[in-house]
Amino acid sequence: MSDATAAKVQEIRALIARHKRWDVIFGIIGLISLMIGVLTFVALFLDMLVDGAPRLTWDFFTSFPSRKPDQAGILSAWVGSTMVMIVTICTAVPLGVGAGVYLEEYAPKNWMTDLIEINVTNLAGVPSIVYGLLALGLFIYQFGLGQSVLTAGLTLALLILPVIIVATREAIRSIPAAIREGSYALGATKWQTTAHHIIPYSLPGILTGVIIGLARAIGETAPVITIGALTFIAFLPPAPVKAEPPFISFEWLMSGFTVMPIQMFNWTSRPEAAFQLNAAAAGVILLIMTLSMNAFAIYIRYRLRKNIKW
Amino acid sequence: MTSVSHVLGIDVVPETTVSKRLSRRKLRHVQERIIEFILFLAALVSVATTVGIVLILLKESYDFFQVVSLWDFLTDTQWTPLFSDAHYGIAPLLSGTLVSSTVALLVAIPLGTIIAIYLSEFAPFAVREVAKPFLEMLGGIPTIVYGYFALLFVTPLLQLLIPELPGFNLLSAGLVMGIMIIPYVSSVSEDAMHAVPMALREGSYAMGATRFQTAIRVVTPAAFSGIAAAYILGISRAVGETMILAVAAGMQPNLTWNPMEPAATITAYIVQVALGDLPHGSIGYQTIFAAGLTLALITLLFNVLGHLLRKRYRQVY
Amino acid sequence: MVSTTVPKIAAASAATMPASVKKSESRDLNFYYGGFQALKAISMPIYEKNVTALIGPSGCGKSTYLRCFNRMHDLYPGNRYEGQIMLYPDNTNILNPVVDPIEVRMRISMVFQKPNPFPKSIYENVAYGLRVRGESRRAQIDEKVEEALRSAALWDEVKQRLSDLAYNLSGGQQQRLCIARALATDPEILLFDEPTSALDPIATASIEQLLADLKEKVTILIVTHNMQQAARVSDYTAYMYLGELIEFGRTDEIFIKPKRKETEDYITGRFG
Repeated sequence: MSDATAAKVQEIRALIARHKRWDVIFGIIGLISLMIGVLTFVALFLDMLVDGAPRLTWDFFTSFPSRKPDQAGILSAWVGSTMVMIVTICTAVPLGVGAGVYLEEYAPKNWMTDLIEINVTNLAGVPSIVYGLLALGLFIYQFGLGQSVLTAGLTLALLILPVIIVATREAIRSIPAAIREGSYALGATKWQTTAHHIIPYSLPGILTGVIIGLARAIGETAPVITIGALTFIAFLPPAPVKAEPPFISFEWLMSGFTVMPIQMFNWTSRPEAAFQLNAAAAGVILLIMTLSMNAFAIYIRYRLRKNIKW
Repeated sequence: MTSVSHVLGIDVVPETTVSKRLSRRKLRHVQERIIEFILFLAALVSVATTVGIVLILLKESYDFFQVVSLWDFLTDTQWTPLFSDAHYGIAPLLSGTLVSSTVALLVAIPLGTIIAIYLSEFAPFAVREVAKPFLEMLGGIPTIVYGYFALLFVTPLLQLLIPELPGFNLLSAGLVMGIMIIPYVSSVSEDAMHAVPMALREGSYAMGATRFQTAIRVVTPAAFSGIAAAYILGISRAVGETMILAVAAGMQPNLTWNPMEPAATITAYIVQVALGDLPHGSIGYQTIFAAGLTLALITLLFNVLGHLLRKRYRQVY
Repeated sequence: MVSTTVPKIAAASAATMPASVKKSESRDLNFYYGGFQALKAISMPIYEKNVTALIGPSGCGKSTYLRCFNRMHDLYPGNRYEGQIMLYPDNTNILNPVVDPIEVRMRISMVFQKPNPFPKSIYENVAYGLRVRGESRRAQIDEKVEEALRSAALWDEVKQRLSDLAYNLSGGQQQRLCIARALATDPEILLFDEPTSALDPIATASIEQLLADLKEKVTILIVTHNMQQAARVSDYTAYMYLGELIEFGRTDEIFIKPKRKETEDYITGRFG
């Protein structure tokens, strides 16, 4: 009796040993797959750093593009990016947060709300260049806004709107019902509850979405090219602040411009190796900006999940 | 208002009359409705965007198809709208999109799935906590940076292995695009696997299965619709990608199935035209909308499919 | 005296009980969830081809004790065993860290409280244990699947639709499927963790009938919160309270003449 059992146990042990080998093999394969991603990233970063870092001088930031590679700089590009981002934030944040609040707090369960939700999900999957086509046909020609900072800002705002809406909704959803009920129980109206409680408590989550959206917008090239942002700009849009009254000017909104990714694209496309160094430098700046923004957003989300008191 | 207070001669009731309180409440009510309406308008922007996209694509394409027949569009094997002998066959652009996307998916789907299974079922907690944010950041790299990398690092590297590889080719662009898509595939797949209840895993382990057997035979099939949704997301992303291809694959339309040749995708063509100067209303201008419409229809198809699949896996649990 | 319905004893059990050979026993078993001690020095025999029932109020540790037998606790971090669970006739200590939990699970199967069929066909669910052991011969698997489904009293109901998804079965059928799945690999001990608590009375009755038939083939250890079920179905009963084994004995003795006052209080419904 014992022999039969002993034999069976032996058989089982051999079988398990054989199968467990696959545990080990797959563990290795999994790590290797991860490493491929890591290595690509490291190669990308180092390659760009090695070529581009020497070009990152003060002059580089303060010069216009030029036909001579060593004199070329990204002044117009980073100023353009900044201006476009201002328009994007000022448009996307109110619209996105407003839409998110509406969908979570106000929207009744009917076909209209479903339609809106389907649209938001769908727009998240539309290729960015299609937004460029929309801007080209609608903003530039129908509305006559021209190939301007305003057009670019609005286009990118539409592009990142789904990101902000989703982030706002998730942030609001994580607020416990008890807080909402507490506010209503004290006689507050819906808007008072929303403005005094819901929005403030969702701010970290909303902020995460805004940062991720912005990081995406800064790096977007395709839609902005389609609008016709010129790739060789040797001027700056007019300054928003003037010396004479009324002291604030909005001329810059309608001005021609370029942005960082387009400048990088322009330099990458030139055959001269020297321009490619400039491209690498622009790439380093873009990488550092987008990666640090993403890392910051992830950090905020991490602290949120751990319910850490700020 | 005759009341006890009046009879007693004391002023108990405050100054405001009922009618004043009612009108204040009505004002608040009106304010609330206005605010709700404003928020509703904000939400409508997304609908307006979709409507705008549909209208503009259809309008310009309609003008385009007045000049070019649908038949020619679908069957002509050349795409040379800006030449004097103009051809308007979408096939070369489609082949460019197809070949580059296939290369990308051949990288992204296996690696993305393996990484997802590994992170969900095998990896120790510390590895998972580091890998997930890292993958997210990988997906946040601007595509122009990937394009630069494909043209100026990957292509020369591949040319060491394949000396006859041209400077612009679909292979480098496809490979780099694949790496870019991995985070999309792996994170949605991993979420799907994570949603598989522990009870199923316990059932498998209780049968004497190893971790690998449980992961492959029970968890992955259980998460199947979510994983399929992840693949569809990857496909959609690959088809819609622009800059990596515009930079590294060249912008010459070329009807080919060989990834080692340069070619243009639908998206790269649109960029090429936008870089030039086309008069509004010209046939050249309209071609980008016809191409854009084709692109939008393809991605819409995949997005709807992915959405249905994701709904299905959420319902099972 | 509080009147309670005296549970019906499985009258046949006294007559058909074979000579009691030990299949397994726990010796001074302690178990800790992190810092919390859930089991205290439990020493208890499990007799071969008998049904042993674990009863006690919620939280007394009976499921915890059960899950030690197939090392389920190993799946979660922070758990610790002390003591031994011996498996006979080869005198293996299941809890020995050197012993692979997978090996234990290949000899001891489990049926869970809530039926957990895999998202596969009925056939593939039952065949899973065999496939995991590397069995690939179609004929062998067919034979074992049919045998297991017959033992689980499910064959007639599903033989025409073996390739249907298991999810399409009713709750009671799913649980019998899980039993068939556990049986297909000829386990030495079959563990049941409150197998009928998620089922309706009719399904419960069919499972209880099944247990009476199954014990001729396999040793059974069952956790139940339902005292009447324990009395109906088991040969031996163990009463646990707050992680300790209060009393263990033949079912008819425990229910008619318990040795400890705590046992009597629980059985007569004075508490719990």
